[in-house]
Amino acid sequence: MKEEHIIGKSVPRKEGRDKVTGAARYIDDMTMPRMLYGATVRSQIPRGIIKKISFDPQFDWAEFVTVTAQDIPGKNCIALIGDDQPCLADGKVNHPEEPILLLAHADPHLVRKAVDAVSIECEPLPAIFTMEDSERRSQIVWGDDNTFKTFLIAKGDVEDVWAKADYIVEGEYTTGAQEQLYVENNGMIAAFDREQGITVWGSLQCPYYVHKALMALCNLPAEKVRVVQAETGGAFGGKEDYPSMIAGHAALLAMKSGRPVKIVYDRMEDMTATTKRHPSRTRHRTAVSKDGKLLGGEIDFTIDGGAYATLSSVVLSRGTIHAGGPYYWPSVRIRGKAVATNAPPHGAFRGFGAPQSLFAMERHMDRIAQAVGLSPVEIRRRNFLKPGQTTTTEQTIREEIDLGKLLDRALELSDYTAKKTRFAQENENQENENRVGPVKKGMGIAAFLHGAGFTGSGERYLASVVAVEGCADGTVRVLVSSTEFGQGTNTVLCQIAAEALGLPYEDVRIAQPDTNQVPNSGPTVASRTAMVVGSLVRSAALGIKQTLIASGLIGDSYSPGEFHTACREYIAAHGELRSFARYETPEGVFWDDQKYRGEAYASFAWAVYVAEVAVDLSTYSASVEDFVALQEVGRVLHPVLAKGQIAGGVAQGIGFALYEKVVWQNGRMQNGQMTNYIMPTSADLPSIRVFFEEMGNVHGAYGAKGIGELPMDGPAPAIVNAIQDAIGDALGTRFDSVPLMPEDIFAAVCLDGEQ
Amino acid sequence: MSHTSEDRDQDRGHDCEKVRGRDREKERAKCELSLTVNGKPETVRVFPMERLLDVLRRELGLTGAKEGCGEGECGSCSILMDGKLVNSCLVPALHAAGAKVITIEGLAGGPQLNALQAVFLECGGAQCGICTPGMILSASHLLAKKPDPTLEDIREALAGNLCRCTGYIQIFEAVAQAARRRAGA
Repeated sequence: MKEEHIIGKSVPRKEGRDKVTGAARYIDDMTMPRMLYGATVRSQIPRGIIKKISFDPQFDWAEFVTVTAQDIPGKNCIALIGDDQPCLADGKVNHPEEPILLLAHADPHLVRKAVDAVSIECEPLPAIFTMEDSERRSQIVWGDDNTFKTFLIAKGDVEDVWAKADYIVEGEYTTGAQEQLYVENNGMIAAFDREQGITVWGSLQCPYYVHKALMALCNLPAEKVRVVQAETGGAFGGKEDYPSMIAGHAALLAMKSGRPVKIVYDRMEDMTATTKRHPSRTRHRTAVSKDGKLLGGEIDFTIDGGAYATLSSVVLSRGTIHAGGPYYWPSVRIRGKAVATNAPPHGAFRGFGAPQSLFAMERHMDRIAQAVGLSPVEIRRRNFLKPGQTTTTEQTIREEIDLGKLLDRALELSDYTAKKTRFAQENENQENENRVGPVKKGMGIAAFLHGAGFTGSGERYLASVVAVEGCADGTVRVLVSSTEFGQGTNTVLCQIAAEALGLPYEDVRIAQPDTNQVPNSGPTVASRTAMVVGSLVRSAALGIKQTLIASGLIGDSYSPGEFHTACREYIAAHGELRSFARYETPEGVFWDDQKYRGEAYASFAWAVYVAEVAVDLSTYSASVEDFVALQEVGRVLHPVLAKGQIAGGVAQGIGFALYEKVVWQNGRMQNGQMTNYIMPTSADLPSIRVFFEEMGNVHGAYGAKGIGELPMDGPAPAIVNAIQDAIGDALGTRFDSVPLMPEDIFAAVCLDGEQ
Repeated sequence: MSHTSEDRDQDRGHDCEKVRGRDREKERAKCELSLTVNGKPETVRVFPMERLLDVLRRELGLTGAKEGCGEGECGSCSILMDGKLVNSCLVPALHAAGAKVITIEGLAGGPQLNALQAVFLECGGAQCGICTPGMILSASHLLAKKPDPTLEDIREALAGNLCRCTGYIQIFEAVAQAARRRAGA
């Protein structure tokens, strides 16, 4: 194979210079002539009938533009999967942050004051706030049965296994909501023109999701809706579906006022009103043989979707498919269910259901190990999926993955065995010395997998298209709707095109995502960009080369100078030089959407993470002292970016495990500020040590598999396993929930033990 | 709100008067602020309690300082004011009277990247980029005080600047690298 010249090299981030000089323009950095500032009046109650909207007569309403549901030219919904979420509440509200009325004014300070001068009178209806209440159906708050979606994965005969089992191990595990907490708040600017229609610029992940939503809402044809992504300051899934709402609001105000309208949320509005990670509850019942083999199991995975369906069905799908972990189950029955409550809809957040169900699986593996009398290492080793075996959806593992080897290397890198023995001894010594406020230490591991790309037939339905263009100046431009929000989309896609064409990296540019300019390469989600879109970019780039060769303008090998001349001559003779590539399902891929069986993902990334944790028994706070993240993600296209993805994901995972707690009251987040919702700072994190194992599994462009979401899955279970290891379970103390805050550790150690 | 269209036109004329009056009143409430920003003397008219962040972004067009939280928690609006690191969202504009302010736009003092900017780019210290201007100013403040910081020094110095993308590891590497290069130079 030819030596690659750009793939695998850490070339400079395409938009990096603008980012380090402050020149990068985010949505709040942009203004337009005659621009107004928009704001949103929201429900104050979780559920009820709107009786009256009144405007404070003492307030000066001159020059305000107001918009209600009655002003919507098209359908009052945020079109996504279903159309159940209104853009503006019309008559009733189903959660405490539901938008009811929009205001705009030229003075941004005045418009915020105006929000408080509107009062909404509502007749309250009984509301529900927990999955258990939703399942009890004491109130029906959505559809006929409060259920957005259910899935059933059934493999083998589970009924048969209980009688054969030497051990039956049960457990229930829960995870809390988590705020994405991108440092740039959500924002949009919309402008309307009768001829051109509506244009929005904004902070967003998926230009064509916003495009689809605006067409329905504004009743405009595709060509009269234009969506442009501004530089986006972090997203993590949090800018997947909610930007359509904000874009809709800005568009309605712009259409009514005839002036450009900017809506930028402040931190509290962003935290309380927009989406968060779905809270979850997973129940495991597992049949195990005396030598520690999984014989079969039942897994019930339930997530709280909030008030509207939005993305819950797909989050549930991914969580359900990942619920069995990287293990071989001869038989299993997995039930997934997404239920409605009167909280703002929960949405996408890195991992998308998998961090929830994998937390449960990896905690449960430690519990199984204990029941059988094996070590956490050995129980995993005995059950790892091997090439040729099938997953819970009966997908055959075709790649040459060796999870045992991955585990061994992770143990070695973390010095797991020696430390575990030493900590056990030291913890015991401290107890014997009866020291006040001892610090106990522990080691925990988590093994997991993450499927890259859309689930099942998702990529076939998306049918993504990309274009690559040869320009007259000899440079090449990549045209995709895939967005950059920190992960490195711009850089990696340019690397792939440069590699395919044998050009210097500097000669390849990427177009700003603008639905008037770029084809629909699908949403920037699901760890699909490098693998799926990257492959298409490579094909489209090779198309340019083939066109130039077929035209006799270059030979099989050429210099950048010759390529440049060829482009110029081709364009002079034929006009445009563009090559398109469309996704096609590979041969022999089988997926049954009804039975949830078959090839769930084109490829999986695999990982073993090890956490070293210290629990201070005077403050009951736990801290991560060392963290080893080892993964197999196929070919690493850009070592610096890849390491950054893993370290950043692990940091968010540490936050999910130990720091980030959403405090709810009547469906509303009570701590919607950075001062009381705590994400890890530079002083809180351990050294996160990132390692890659390349096992020669070739997928996607130049062998890359998905990477973005994987690191979110492992930290929480590894850390909680380590805390359990540190504290022990002599008193029956169990840690089965995240976030695990100091007060929870205190309660478990001091209060539960006394009972 | 059951006005006829005639009422509305009359209201509008009346409203315009009111608005003009209000604007005049607002203008009178402003005062003059002179300061030096990135080496350049500037004079702007501001409300006394206006945030320095807004003055920089709106009046001077320096949008490198970002608003992440508006309450001094995230550090995205960090700037240097008379050599001190401050959250510009917490500084009333008039406190900056006569001050020498450096923002990310003026850090390099020319078209070339300065050493910190260059290493942030190389080491992966910037991902989404929204915290980057504040983070680089914070790092620059540290290196001015401590040219040879330990990892603990770096961790502590940057603890007021939140980054959600990187897990900070590559930012630490960038700062350490910048310090090494300065020592070598």
